[in-house]
Amino acid sequence: MNIITCIKRVPSTETNVRVGSDGKSLETSGVEYILSPFDEIALEESLRVKEKLGAGDVTAITVGTSDAATTLRTCLAMGADKAVHIKDADSFKRDPFAIASALASVIKAMPYNLILCGKQAVDDDNSQVGQMLARLLNIPFVSLITKLEVSGATALVQREVSGGYEVLEVTLPAVLTAQKGLNEPRYPSLKGIMGAKKKPLEEKTATFDSATIETIKMEYPPSRPAGRVVGKGVEAVPELVKLLKEEAKII
Amino acid sequence: MHPILVFVEQSNGQIKKTSLEAVSEARRQADTIKTEVVALVIAEKADSFVKDIVSYGANKVLSVEGADFKEYLTAPYIRAVLAAVSKVNPMAVLFSATPNGKDLAGSVGAELKISVIQDCISLNYDSGAFVARRPIYAGKSIITVKALKSPALVTLRPKVFPLGTAVSQTPSVEKLSVSLTAEDKRVKLKEVVQSGQKKMELTEADIIVSGGRGMKAPENFKVIEELAGMLNAAVGASRAAVDSGWRPHTDQVGQTGKTVCPTLYVACGISGAIQHLAGMSSSKCIVAINKDPDAPIFKVANYGVVGDLFEVVPALCQELRRDREAN
Repeated sequence: MNIITCIKRVPSTETNVRVGSDGKSLETSGVEYILSPFDEIALEESLRVKEKLGAGDVTAITVGTSDAATTLRTCLAMGADKAVHIKDADSFKRDPFAIASALASVIKAMPYNLILCGKQAVDDDNSQVGQMLARLLNIPFVSLITKLEVSGATALVQREVSGGYEVLEVTLPAVLTAQKGLNEPRYPSLKGIMGAKKKPLEEKTATFDSATIETIKMEYPPSRPAGRVVGKGVEAVPELVKLLKEEAKII
Repeated sequence: MHPILVFVEQSNGQIKKTSLEAVSEARRQADTIKTEVVALVIAEKADSFVKDIVSYGANKVLSVEGADFKEYLTAPYIRAVLAAVSKVNPMAVLFSATPNGKDLAGSVGAELKISVIQDCISLNYDSGAFVARRPIYAGKSIITVKALKSPALVTLRPKVFPLGTAVSQTPSVEKLSVSLTAEDKRVKLKEVVQSGQKKMELTEADIIVSGGRGMKAPENFKVIEELAGMLNAAVGASRAAVDSGWRPHTDQVGQTGKTVCPTLYVACGISGAIQHLAGMSSSKCIVAINKDPDAPIFKVANYGVVGDLFEVVPALCQELRRDREAN
């Protein structure tokens, strides 16, 4: 079974987001980068499917600047067999459709039975590249999966919905997006980290469609009023209730 | 002017309130631009939904019906939206930023070769183009995005756009026939499993009571469940509580969980890590209960109580009860 995992290098979730000098993008100085957490879950699931079947090949793929190679090495250290880097110095300016089409153009020439993505990258929160990739490859799609069982040419998945979950049967190949709860990703072992250096990391180029949406401004969210402590312990409770009723008018 | 098309989502025979918010917003946009609102409802039987959709301002309702459309499935629903798009040639298609709305909008985007503006919190039509604001980094920042192609594809964040005033109107309904191919049926819904207790969706809840590391153990969540019950609130959790296995991942609020904007957010035993604050800072009113007076959560709390949540939360329940009995 050939499994492809689409990943993205993103600022750490601990990042204190600052607006850059152009007023429309992130100030990247001092920012630490990680493998996007939902992509990490997608990769972990890819590895588990391969391990369960006892055979297969897991390829991590990304569209990114030259720095993204570091994140692909992390995927190799976790256990991916190989990595594909669609190099693009302007990747952070591309819109989701341009990213999805670049991924599709490269993936079309690769063997695949299953494609896993995170449900969204935690930087731009666009949550649409997975859907688009499925349509561009003309294969089925299920988002937000929290359980996956592959058997032969089909997969049984659970998908999170309000107040419960759906059980769906999907014909493979398919694109599935990972939701938290699917698994607990492993940490790369020392052996994995050493071995990652020897695994193949292939560079590719792609042509990018021109943007269909454009960011014109980035700003901070409206600031909240300064925090106010009502009081200490149970003695503060009557005052709290009074404020919620009379000032905030909520209860 | 071309109309604005709105996708109306239903589940279990009910229109989602978020879809009525979307119809209301489409109405406001259409009034400014001087165009019409066309609503698309996809269901096994659409008749019962029409009255509400029209009363919130749709000029016309398109329906796609049949057993294949009973529950949300990506591929059949794409066919229905594409049929509506080619029928009315809209200037914009609005969806709710619900799990299904975002799933569908992105899929339609691929077919139209247009990126989606997801999770929009404000929308304007300015010099011939739609301009939207949306949070990124789970709300640590807001970007303004311009749609360069038509139709603009936009999902609207739940609970941000107010419902319009419902006005009784005579509906105009047109059924669209959509035929599916074998390729559209490669995903089959086998079962829908509802969790035991009736759970409120966090992103759609008016009030959320959340617990964090300070809850200390899973069984202690009964303390905040009682408060949530009294306030008719949903129960949330911090990443620490979820990663400790105390609460299901679906309850997580924050950058790797859900971004919420309820009227009231009560944070119990949550210190306020940056990735949690990102997910709940747009709440209208925040109450924090925490032992540590230096916890970052107090910086964003409208009302903070420094104290042991196991004393303060039950006292709060008692005070609310007393207050209700008095009135």
